[in-house]
Amino acid sequence: MITIGPTYLLYFLPLLVAISVVFGFTRHEDPQAMIGHALATARWIVGFMLAIFALMALLHWFS
Amino acid sequence: MVDRKRRRPAATGPGDQAVGRHKPPSDIDDDPSVIVVEDIVIDLRNRPLAAFLAWLIPGGGHAYQRRYTKAATFAVCILSAWIFGFCLGGQHVAYASWQPGDKRWHYGLQLGAGAVALPALVQGRRMNQYTNPATGRTARNYRPLWGGFMAPPHRPVSEAQADEVAAWYAVKGAGYEMGTWYTVIAGMLNILVIYDAYGGPLSTSISGRRRGNDDEDDAAADPENADPEDRSGNDASVKPAIADDTPDKDRPTDAAVTSGANP
Repeated sequence: MITIGPTYLLYFLPLLVAISVVFGFTRHEDPQAMIGHALATARWIVGFMLAIFALMALLHWFS
Repeated sequence: MVDRKRRRPAATGPGDQAVGRHKPPSDIDDDPSVIVVEDIVIDLRNRPLAAFLAWLIPGGGHAYQRRYTKAATFAVCILSAWIFGFCLGGQHVAYASWQPGDKRWHYGLQLGAGAVALPALVQGRRMNQYTNPATGRTARNYRPLWGGFMAPPHRPVSEAQADEVAAWYAVKGAGYEMGTWYTVIAGMLNILVIYDAYGGPLSTSISGRRRGNDDEDDAAADPENADPEDRSGNDASVKPAIADDTPDKDRPTDAAVTSGANP
């Protein structure tokens, strides 16, 4: 089903970290709030990608 | 290193106003570059200069403002993402070109990361000097600077025929696309960093106004439509920068006070 090598998915990790950290750190000044926001952003991105993956897997299953 | 970012102490009475501050309250109130976010006093110093430095070197604006933790974090995150992507794409993903068949719009976003992308402008200018405007073809005697570092491809570039961009794709495969997106995203992330250096954290209104004051204004202008639970003008979701028992003379001006509300 996946047309690229699974190792390509690892390229997503550095971007996930960079985006989450910058998002969290640009919205707060309190260190705890910054880290909390970064973790929430990372969770949201991963959840969104998993949802898209599940949707595409379902489409593939029924096609 | 002295971090000028410090906690603004909760005011328990008029006599406690200056506890833990590097500046007396009157200085904070009068200085439009000083804001309070999440009970932390931040001196943004010269905002345009900080924004320029933040663009030039990711984290540079924050270092200028002595927000060293943020400076180091942004520098590591953005520069490592940009450089990693640049290397992943064979050092050809960032170049300045706006020619038919090769309108490299990605570069506009890659340039968001600042100085790291500037050599491409020099190479692009040199390429234009060696390009025949009538034929759109690169002169034979063209030699890029610095071994071709961030140099545009030889022209013409067209999807209809093999060219240098096609060769880059052939060599790097998906790495070329991946590298392009890494650099583009790094440049875009730095735009958030520039904003943070200029106006403070994004939870803060760029006008520096406290949300609670906006609600007060709205309620005053149209009391019929005002939220019945918010007639007092106080927004429970917004944490006031200072305690309510602070005397009026010690309250910072609108420009200096911001909320710590999350977006």
